[in-house]
Amino acid sequence: MSAVVELLKVEDLRTYFYTEAGVVKAVDGVSFTLNEGEPLGLVGESGSGKTVAVLAAMGIVARPGRIVSGKIFLRGEELEHSSEAEMRKVRGKRIGYVSQDPNSSLDPLFTVGNQLTEVIRTHFQLTNEQAFERGVKLLKLVGIPEPETRMKSYPHELSGGMRQRIAIARALAGEPELLVADEPTTNLDVTIQAQVLDLLRTLGRDLKMSLILITHDMGLIAEMTERVVVLYAGKVAEEASTHEIFQSPKHPYTAALLASVPRLDMKANLIPIGGGIPNLITPPSGCRFNPRCAYAKQICVDQVPPLEDIGGRRAVACHRWREVDLRRTP
Amino acid sequence: MAEPLLKVENLVKYFPVYQRGILTKKKVGDVHAIDQISFAIGKGETVGLVGESGCGKTTTGKVILDLEEKDSGNVLFEGKDIHDSLKSSSREEKLALRRSMQMVFQNPYGSLDPRMTVFDIISEPFLIHKHIPRSEWRDRVYSLLQLVGLEEYHAERYPHEFSGGQRQRISIARALATEPRFIVADEPVSSLDVSIRAQILNLLEDLQKKTGISFLYISHDLSSVRQVSQSVAVMYLGKIFEYAPVSQVFDTPLNPYTMALLSAVPIPDPEKHTKRIILPGDVPSPVNPPPGCRFHPRCPYAAEVCRTDEPPLRQLGTSHLVACHFAEKFA
Repeated sequence: MSAVVELLKVEDLRTYFYTEAGVVKAVDGVSFTLNEGEPLGLVGESGSGKTVAVLAAMGIVARPGRIVSGKIFLRGEELEHSSEAEMRKVRGKRIGYVSQDPNSSLDPLFTVGNQLTEVIRTHFQLTNEQAFERGVKLLKLVGIPEPETRMKSYPHELSGGMRQRIAIARALAGEPELLVADEPTTNLDVTIQAQVLDLLRTLGRDLKMSLILITHDMGLIAEMTERVVVLYAGKVAEEASTHEIFQSPKHPYTAALLASVPRLDMKANLIPIGGGIPNLITPPSGCRFNPRCAYAKQICVDQVPPLEDIGGRRAVACHRWREVDLRRTP
Repeated sequence: MAEPLLKVENLVKYFPVYQRGILTKKKVGDVHAIDQISFAIGKGETVGLVGESGCGKTTTGKVILDLEEKDSGNVLFEGKDIHDSLKSSSREEKLALRRSMQMVFQNPYGSLDPRMTVFDIISEPFLIHKHIPRSEWRDRVYSLLQLVGLEEYHAERYPHEFSGGQRQRISIARALATEPRFIVADEPVSSLDVSIRAQILNLLEDLQKKTGISFLYISHDLSSVRQVSQSVAVMYLGKIFEYAPVSQVFDTPLNPYTMALLSAVPIPDPEKHTKRIILPGDVPSPVNPPPGCRFHPRCPYAAEVCRTDEPPLRQLGTSHLVACHFAEKFA
């Protein structure tokens, strides 16, 4: 067995958005580590900060957002977020990104070939012809039939599944060591989703590429990842192996999330989580989950629970994880 | 067997496709949105209608409520053809029929008027149907709000002050205002956050228990369909491929498309790994659906007969309807 390599390490990342209504603390002290060859899932609902956290790690934060603090290490080297030139060498080349919506991530005015060769020529010293050939190879890799013809197509001529494959091909163009897939299948039909997931899995295996999967779908997490970071309202609630997250969640939010999802293989008794997602301009005091938590006590309102290392590569941010029994009722 | 509340018989809806010149407009084909579909919904029953985008499930809901005109076929509500009734009967009778059937839309951000208060939104049906004296409006609105899990003070607020889940509750309250016996719920949870979806699904089930309402639950999300429905109809390109009680569709599917659809859904349990059937290609265009079985270009079991003959929806066992030439093979 080879030694574990820490591919990406995020330390105490804080990204705030300075809006007119107030400061939105979208990501507020998030830390996690991705080991090579260990697909990582970032789970959370809308507004939990999962996308912002990863984009901030790549140095992409649009105004009025700003990275307030945090260190990002890629293979042990710290990334210089202040230097745009440095970050350009990382984005696309070392970390590829596939966004949720292939309709808006592809430019409708350029052919697939244009958009692919642009990325290829940014990263490699190649002529147009060589870049075109490489583009064709990428399309073949992601399973697009008649790649030569498709290079000349415009995005609107393709179906949603094909567009997402092209977005993946483009993310692969710089031959990154890490691929971030941000809700890559939310806009796709289930049978097409199965195709895209299968593609991501084979790519990870064949190209030895690590994967970060951002999603709110616990089914995808179970299927695609080995480790999970659960985010809630800009903070890490829990980090563990996928197996442990499902078998013995330690954070009440993780447990509640699992109990509220309908399942295909059985009719379960759904236990909804009361209330709604908190406003991040004035988040609840103490633990941000306390207004919706069935186990909340006074301490949860008074103090912010730290992310506590509980051994066995697990961490949880809950005051009461020791006393509360969250075992799922079968 | 008791007469079902709603019966759909050989319903057809095509949308014409035109090629437009500067002065000319030529019909070049039809989108076969729904093509000869039949099913029935009993009193207090929920029928789930599942399928991928473009299979005609939303059109089905709209044609049943006559929000889209049908091309042919019948929709019988309590034994009476609703399209005939809506054409020929008096205004009072039409309104009474409209009251008994309502719809909840997918997007609670688009289906509520931002300029109306919640009170106005929920009481608008009273204004149109005049079935409740004005003096009782306030009490009715409050009891509807309570029924869907909101508070009285919410009545004076505007839609933008609510979260997605609360908005969906408001649109459910509005649909309930006419005391319907049948509601078409078109993807009522797909635009909501995961932790909120369970609230709305449970609300639909509770309402059914309390009021005996029937639902047509339209969704692409198979897990939620299993959760709320008693029977399920699986659609593909305007056709019903399989129609049976929920446990039969999910546990012993007899149509290869249903099997593939079910196997494609990830199950939130890392210990369970289903054998995934990956279908090649995309859903074909509904303008020129493939001849024979519409699924044959993607079907792993397709034989010669599938390319030429369209399989009828036929009964296997006591209550399992399936459209496949080889359904016996999968039983």
